[in-house]
Amino acid sequence: MKYMDEYRDAKIARGLAAEIRRRSTRPWVIMEICGGQTHTLMRYGIDELLGKSVELVHGPGCPVCVTPLEMIDRANALARRPEVTLVSYGDMLRVPGSETDLFHIKAEGGDVRIVYSPTDAVELARKEPERQVVFFAVGFETTAPAHAMAVLQAERLGLKNFSLLVSHVLVPPAIRMLLQSPRNRVQGFIAPGHVCTVVGVTEYEELAREFHVPIVVGGFEPADLLDAIRLLVCQLEEGRAELENSYTRSVQYAGNRAAQAAVERVFEVADKKWRGVGEISSSGLRLKQEYAAFDAERKFGLGSVTAEEPNECISAEVLLGHKKPTDCTAFGTRCTPEKPLGAPMVSTEGACAAYYQYRRHLVTL
Amino acid sequence: MCLTIPGKIAEIQENEGMRTGRVLFGGIARQACLDYVPEAREGDYVMVHVGFAISVVDKEQAERTYALLESMGVLSEELALKSGETPSS
Repeated sequence: MKYMDEYRDAKIARGLAAEIRRRSTRPWVIMEICGGQTHTLMRYGIDELLGKSVELVHGPGCPVCVTPLEMIDRANALARRPEVTLVSYGDMLRVPGSETDLFHIKAEGGDVRIVYSPTDAVELARKEPERQVVFFAVGFETTAPAHAMAVLQAERLGLKNFSLLVSHVLVPPAIRMLLQSPRNRVQGFIAPGHVCTVVGVTEYEELAREFHVPIVVGGFEPADLLDAIRLLVCQLEEGRAELENSYTRSVQYAGNRAAQAAVERVFEVADKKWRGVGEISSSGLRLKQEYAAFDAERKFGLGSVTAEEPNECISAEVLLGHKKPTDCTAFGTRCTPEKPLGAPMVSTEGACAAYYQYRRHLVTL
Repeated sequence: MCLTIPGKIAEIQENEGMRTGRVLFGGIARQACLDYVPEAREGDYVMVHVGFAISVVDKEQAERTYALLESMGVLSEELALKSGETPSS
């Protein structure tokens, strides 16, 4: 496909990798935030291509992975209600809650359905007015405009049987939290290209300035990521700390204003708990009071649910970039994509799943 | 879930107050909401995420970046050959 295949060209990738190896005088520690980027890096063996010139650590940018256990338990509770049709993206189904997952609830007769787009869920609510359709709205800034539009569309259609179970997180507060941690080793960040397509780059510019850390907006194909790493290595070698955009074919400085306007109309910023990480102030989105009728938590009175993480899972350390999936004692044995202990092994964007899928537990790096 | 891929707009329609398009991804066609890319026209490439176009691919920027990357690939390979390094390493 155009704008994808050409960025997978092996010759270009080798050239960029050679340039990075040539420029790098020490193993710089670089973090990619987005799980989609983690998968590209593993899938194409970019970590191996770069050798010791760069150490890649993986960030918390997997929305499925950071959705708190309590939210999974709430989704599970809703899916068990006879009047509810719980609708979600496919990768939420196997995320383990405290007791079970949506996939098992579906197998036991719960009405759980998978869609590609939130607009499909609105359509479902319209076609089946006797059902209470709840969409499990999980995601980062990239997905928020789609969820905002679903609410606006449901409002326009006068639907009373559609609501969202919202678990939305924002990237910049997480980067800030990582940079403020005394354990931080990250020297440069690849900012998530599709999040920036929506929100623009100003917040990342502020972070680069405030923490004197280089940040490069990167795309998702091998050449995109290698180019972002190359720009970061150049900055690090030259002692610069700026915001650069390597993904100019999609990201504009101010982002997508129309999408931002819809998100601002429907959602407001709130404190948010991240699975495995804890609460980060102003790091999430919730529905505004005027859209309370579309808020499943208020509509169904789900209240406070507390839950405990399984002991053996080190997902918090993995999500913060302190440990690699292969450092976990359960990795590839007691924790696999078929029987996951934690969310990073479930999601197609989780770092553990990426390592497992590309067999990093079988090779010595 | 966060997958966002480029597709070509084959046709634009109005669908109950929403601007939608039939977008081609290789050989596969899917409907996508175009409300967030009011500037998009038929024949444009858009980045689509969970059924929503979030940007129109900037052709000029794409060409410029690609030319730069390609020249760097060729250049590095030549440098590597001159220094006796295997380009595939």
